[in-house]
Amino acid sequence: MSTCLRLTSRIHHLQAVAIPSQTVWPRTRSFAHRTQHVSTGVPARSDFFKNLELHLKTMQDKAAAALPGSDWMPFEMTPGLPPERVDILIVGGGVVGWSIAYWLKRTKPRDALRVLVVEKDPTYSQASTVLSAGGIRQQFSLAENIQLSLASADFLKNINDHLGVLNEDPVDLQFNHSGYLFLASEKGAHIMEANYATQRHAGAKVQLLSPTQLKGMFPWINTDGVALASYGLENEGWFDPWTLLNAFRRKALSMGVEQSFGEVKGFNHRVHSVESKEFGRLHIKRITHANVQMPNSMEIQPVECTVVINAAGANSGTVAEMVGIGSGPHAMEAGTPIPVEPRKRYIYVVHSPHGPGLDTPFLIDYSGVYFRREGLGGNYITGLSPEEVEEPDSTNLDVDHDFFQEKIWPNLAHRVPAFECLKVTSAWAGFYDYNTFDQNGLLGIHPQVRNMYFATGFSGHGLQQSPAIGRAVAELILEGSYQTLDLSALDIKRILHEEPLLEENIV
Amino acid sequence: MAASLLVTWRSCHRTSWSVARRYLSASPASPPSAVTRFLLRLRQQFYDVEQLMTWSATFRNRAVRRKNLFYGFAQQNYGDNIAAAYYILSLKGSFRFAGQTEWFQPDARGKFSFDFMNFPTSMIEEVDLSGTPINRDGLDNLVSQLHLRRLSLRGCPEVDGWFLTRLHMFNDSLEELDISHCPRITVGALCALQHLRKLHRLNMSSIPSLQNPGLVRILMEEMLPHCLVTGAEYSQGLSLEDTTQTITTHSSTDPGAQPQEEESGQTSAKRQGQMQ
Repeated sequence: MSTCLRLTSRIHHLQAVAIPSQTVWPRTRSFAHRTQHVSTGVPARSDFFKNLELHLKTMQDKAAAALPGSDWMPFEMTPGLPPERVDILIVGGGVVGWSIAYWLKRTKPRDALRVLVVEKDPTYSQASTVLSAGGIRQQFSLAENIQLSLASADFLKNINDHLGVLNEDPVDLQFNHSGYLFLASEKGAHIMEANYATQRHAGAKVQLLSPTQLKGMFPWINTDGVALASYGLENEGWFDPWTLLNAFRRKALSMGVEQSFGEVKGFNHRVHSVESKEFGRLHIKRITHANVQMPNSMEIQPVECTVVINAAGANSGTVAEMVGIGSGPHAMEAGTPIPVEPRKRYIYVVHSPHGPGLDTPFLIDYSGVYFRREGLGGNYITGLSPEEVEEPDSTNLDVDHDFFQEKIWPNLAHRVPAFECLKVTSAWAGFYDYNTFDQNGLLGIHPQVRNMYFATGFSGHGLQQSPAIGRAVAELILEGSYQTLDLSALDIKRILHEEPLLEENIV
Repeated sequence: MAASLLVTWRSCHRTSWSVARRYLSASPASPPSAVTRFLLRLRQQFYDVEQLMTWSATFRNRAVRRKNLFYGFAQQNYGDNIAAAYYILSLKGSFRFAGQTEWFQPDARGKFSFDFMNFPTSMIEEVDLSGTPINRDGLDNLVSQLHLRRLSLRGCPEVDGWFLTRLHMFNDSLEELDISHCPRITVGALCALQHLRKLHRLNMSSIPSLQNPGLVRILMEEMLPHCLVTGAEYSQGLSLEDTTQTITTHSSTDPGAQPQEEESGQTSAKRQGQMQ
C-alpha cells in the first residue's frame, strides 16, 4: 500500500521535474521550472518513462514477495532444515533406506504417515550403494537370503509397475541377464552340493556343472582344480545400482516422503527402568528426538520422531552407539554393541582384448576372486574379499593397487588364461556394512531401545535384497509382524542370544 | 479420487514431447499423433486426465497379465499339449504340431476352431507368436513343449530379458528364433541366449534399443558359433571415422565357417577401434 501511495505522489511530482535515478523530491511544482532541472543531452520525457518502468518493476517484485506463496521471510532460515516432527525417521539414504520409505508410504493415504529420510552426504561419494558391483544372485546357503533375493528379482521384473512415475521416464536398470558361476574345489564340493539342494528347495533355478560340462559351456575357463561349479539360470545378473536408488527415491518423493541432508549426531531418549529377575535393573530407552546437524554448519535441528530406522549401512554401529547400545555393563544386554563395521573392498576395472565375450557370467572362483563383464568393449570388473587378518584400513577409500598385483591377478590369470594380458584402467573402493558376527542382515527392534528398528549388516548383499528388505521392515512397522516373508531368523536379538546364523557364500 | 470434475490448473514448464514419445510409443522414432499430443497436453494441465490415464495404463497392464495366466484348468483336464495349444491360439498366435504340415491359427477376428483337440499327444514344433502380448509368465504354459524348434516373437511388446532367460528350457530343441522389432530387448537381454546351443538361426533386426547393432551381431556370433545371426550389418552403429576401416569381406560369408581364432582376433581389433 505504501508503495502505491509513493508512486501516485511521484506521478504528481513528475509534472514539475525529470526524476533522476535516486529519489529526489522536488521543491517546486510549477510546470514553468521544468526546463531548469533537465539533465544534459537526454530529453525529459524518455527519462520519465524508463525510470517509471524500473520503479513499476521493483514495486511488482516487492508486492509479489509480500503476497502469500512467495518464500521471502523477514528472518533468515537455513535451507533444507528437516521438519520438527515426523512419524518415522530413516537414518541413511541408501537403497535400503529409500526402499523402506517407499514401502512405508505405498499402501497408506498420502497424509497418513510422515516419513523423513536423513542422508549425510548429498553427493553419495562414500555410499555403499553406488560403489557396489550391482549383482543379484540366489546362490546363498541360507534359505532366508535366497527368498529375499528371489523376491527382489520379482520386484525388479515389474519395476515400472512399482516405481513408475507419470510424466517421468520409465526406469531402465540396464539389467544384464548372465548368471553367477561359483567354482568349488575338492574341499568345498560337498558344501556346494548341500547349498544346491537348499537353493532348489527355495525355488532358485540353479544348475550344477561338472568340469567337462563347464569347459563345454565356457571354453575360456581353465578348469584346473575345479571339482564342481554352480551356475544360475534365471533371476541372476547385474544392474545399475544408481538407477535403482534414484527410482526408489523419485517414487518415494512423489508419494510424499521428505528428504533432508544432514548428519544425525545424537538422540534424545527417555529411560524407563524395569526390574527383571535375571538381569536386575534394566534401562529400556525410547528415542524422543533425533538431532540432525546441517551440512557445513553447526546448526542442529532436533526432530521429534516416533520410530527411528537405522539403515545407515557401514555407519550403523556409530548410529547405534549414539543411543547407548553397547555402552552398558558387559554382562548385560546393554553391553552388546551392534557388530556392524565398515570394511573396505576394492574393485578394479580391467581391459583385456582377448577376454571372454557376451556369455561371461559373474564368475566367483574358490579362491574368492570374482570378475564380471562391463559393457561391450572388453572391459571387466574384478575384486577379491581379503582375509580377516589382511583387512585394509577403512578410514578412507584409497585404492591399493598392489593388492591387485599380488592377490587378484595371479588367481585371475590362472582361472582365465586370456587375462594374462590385461591392463587396469580404473579402480575404486567401497564399504561393506560388514556384520562381524555372522555376515547376515540384522532386522527388527532392539530390545533395549524400543523404537529403533534395524535394517543393516548385509555384508555385501544389501543392494540385491533391498526391495524385499524394505517390504519386510515396512510390514514389521505397519502390521507388527512379517506378512509375506518370515525373516524372524534374521532378527537382531540373535546377537544378544549369541546364536550366529552363518552364511557361507559371502563374496 | 473425488468424482467431481473440478478443473485444476497447473503450470508446467517442462517440455513434454520427449517424455510423450517415450511414454506412449513403443519405438522412439515415431512422432506422436495429434490426438496423443492433445491428450498429453491435457494430462499436464488437469489432475483428472492424469488419473484417468494412470487407470488406463493399470488396466492395460492387468489385461496383459490376465492374458498370460496359467491355463491350469485346461492342463489338468486335457493335458499339457492341448493347454499349450489353447494358450497360443487365445493369444492370437499360430502353431504347427510336430509331424504335421497344417498350421492352426485364429482368423482375423480371433476365432479359432478346436480341431487341435483331436491331437492330445502331439507336441508343438513351430510357434508364431508375433505381435502377441506374451510375457515371461506366459511361458509357464509352454514349459512342457520340449520339442519346440522354431519360435517367432517378432514385434512382441512384452518380450524382455526376463523372458529370454526363461528360454533356457528349450536348450536342446530350439533351432530358430526371431526377436526382431521387440522394443524391450537390450544387450543385457541377449546375453541370456547363450544357453541355446542348438540355435542355428537368429533374427535380431530392428531392435530399437541396440545402439551398436553391428557390434552386438559380432558378439552374438562369438557367443553362438553355430548360429547364423541376421538382421544387422557389421557397419551399423559404427561412427563415421570407423566406416573407412570396416572389413567388408565379412558381409557375405557364413561366419560359422571361419576359424575361431581369426574371428576373435579381428573382432577384438574392431572392438578396440570402436572403443577408443
